[in-house]
Amino acid sequence: MTRAKGDIELAGVCKTYDGEVMAVEGVNLKIPDGAYCCLLGPSGCGKTTILRMIAGHEDPTDGEIVIGGDNVVGLPPVARRTAMMFQSYALFPHLTVRDNIAFALRVRGQSKAERYAAVDRLMDKVRLTELADRLPAQLSGGQQQRVALARAAITEPRVLLLDEPLSALDEQLRIQMRQELRRMQRELGITFVHVTHTQLEAIALADIVVVMEKGKIRQAGPARDVYAYPKDRYVAEFLGGQNVLAGRVESVNGSSIVVASPQLRGIEVPLRKGVAASAGGDVEFAVRRDEVELVRPGVTTLSPSVASVNSRVTAVEYQGSFVKVMLDAVPGQEFVAYVPERKFFDDPLAIGDLVLATWPSQSARLLD
Amino acid sequence: MTKVFERYGASWLCILPLALVIVPFFLAPMLVVAAASFLEGDGFGGIIASPTLANYAGLFSARLTLDLYLQTIKFTILTWAFSLLLGFFIAYFLVFHVRNQLLAIGLFLLCTVPFWTSNIIRMISWIPLLGKEGLINQAAMGVGLTNQPMEFLLFSSFAVVVAYVHQLTIFMIVPIFNSMARIDKRVVEAALDAGASRFDIMRLIIVPMSKSGIALGSIFVVSIVMGDFFVIKVMSGGGSASVVGAFYEDISVLQYPPAAASAVVLTLVVMGLVAAILRTVDIRKEIAP
Repeated sequence: MTRAKGDIELAGVCKTYDGEVMAVEGVNLKIPDGAYCCLLGPSGCGKTTILRMIAGHEDPTDGEIVIGGDNVVGLPPVARRTAMMFQSYALFPHLTVRDNIAFALRVRGQSKAERYAAVDRLMDKVRLTELADRLPAQLSGGQQQRVALARAAITEPRVLLLDEPLSALDEQLRIQMRQELRRMQRELGITFVHVTHTQLEAIALADIVVVMEKGKIRQAGPARDVYAYPKDRYVAEFLGGQNVLAGRVESVNGSSIVVASPQLRGIEVPLRKGVAASAGGDVEFAVRRDEVELVRPGVTTLSPSVASVNSRVTAVEYQGSFVKVMLDAVPGQEFVAYVPERKFFDDPLAIGDLVLATWPSQSARLLD
Repeated sequence: MTKVFERYGASWLCILPLALVIVPFFLAPMLVVAAASFLEGDGFGGIIASPTLANYAGLFSARLTLDLYLQTIKFTILTWAFSLLLGFFIAYFLVFHVRNQLLAIGLFLLCTVPFWTSNIIRMISWIPLLGKEGLINQAAMGVGLTNQPMEFLLFSSFAVVVAYVHQLTIFMIVPIFNSMARIDKRVVEAALDAGASRFDIMRLIIVPMSKSGIALGSIFVVSIVMGDFFVIKVMSGGGSASVVGAFYEDISVLQYPPAAASAVVLTLVVMGLVAAILRTVDIRKEIAP
């Protein structure tokens, strides 16, 4: 049997519950077969609604959902060959682990011997065999997650939909189960769509990260594109790791502009294709926190290809592999430098120290 | 001793107020009844302090006892079955089909409307409906279903069951509603996701997960019907008797010791039934989830 294709395409998908507020508004998205896709956004951004519409637990108000070339709108989950793993797992509390996993086969009319044989094979693969006769309440969070995953995978779906699969776990387990999810996805070779509000989770796992806000997609692409090259202020701030600065364009010269504000003087920012900037207009740009270098004023002369801003250290947080230094470069707004640990302790900064925050001009990124 | 008190003293204090009510007003009278069942009566309402087993011997040797129990158990089973059927589906409707919570609470309160009036009124109000000249008979004759009134509707076993079901369905609805309301909707959705039909979901998810509510409701219904004589008396028109009805007769002719023996036996039977129901389910889960 050739495996059914699990590529997903959303075209103009809208969803409203009351006819007024749009939970999802005109979403277009292509997820290739076998990809790991993360829908990322704050709660209420419509990411779970999209997941539920792909799963068939919710019908779109408008638009098309195509899985493997077939429009699936209106079809029940089974006909879509999707399976969903619910938030906090929704295991059947009165059934044992084995019966939980076997449930889908049971309602498909398989005999007890037949379905238990299939379940035992799968349980062996995901190391659940010794838990087979336990009830969900007797399992730890991580074990419950594995059972939920096995229950969803037993029908060999072409798309697996995961609603905040890691949110019920504690930090350490979350990182461990994150790897397990990725491993499962590679082994099964099917499309995973994973909803999360944790950016670290999304960029660690996904082939495609979809950043959402208020029912709309703000940016979709490979994790590195979204993290390192955010399109706009929202994405930059939500993904973190960036300082967002604003100012007025003083002049445009060829491939770059010069930006100024009460705090910034003559900052050079390279122009970006598709972003309009003309003298006198307001712009925003992002600077990666790990590109920011801190130097004490007057120690060295800065090269002309380096932008800088005067500031004072307001807080220092040790993070292990780096040190997070918070600065007051722009009043009322975070400006952070991630300084490599060894470098920081060569000349440790203290709260209140005056520093020059510098970064290579070419590394700044103009935002929409 | 002090160690024991340190360990359990607080819990003893907690149950003290309840014990102060239960012991003098429930346990003590029960013990009095149990004691009276082993004593002789003087035939004029007095009790003579000479121990005897005659009350029990009389009870167990009478053919009437078995008949009474069979009849009462018949009503119990019928009432239990119909109130369970109705109660389960009403609770199911309220929990899973009424989306608006305010509406659900409103409909739930509507179920209690019959309790806003007395039991007697509730039973009497069946007469204009079920009676010979009643609504149902007139309607049936009007559309030509029968040419003479159906007699079995009122003052019959049928009427007894109707009155019981009317009276007791609420005792099924409440606990079943309670346990159903605790079912995580995502669990139902997960079953749907796995391809379960409505019937599968009912059979494999809802019923097993409402088991404790069903058991609690069953305890209410079974113990109420087993311990009742009034509905049978009124609604059967004297055609059927009941266990309690029989020893109520004993009391009215001042035969206290035999009545006490009957009461003890009935209590044991009901305790047995309740124990049997509780074996099917872990009731602690319902009270303290």
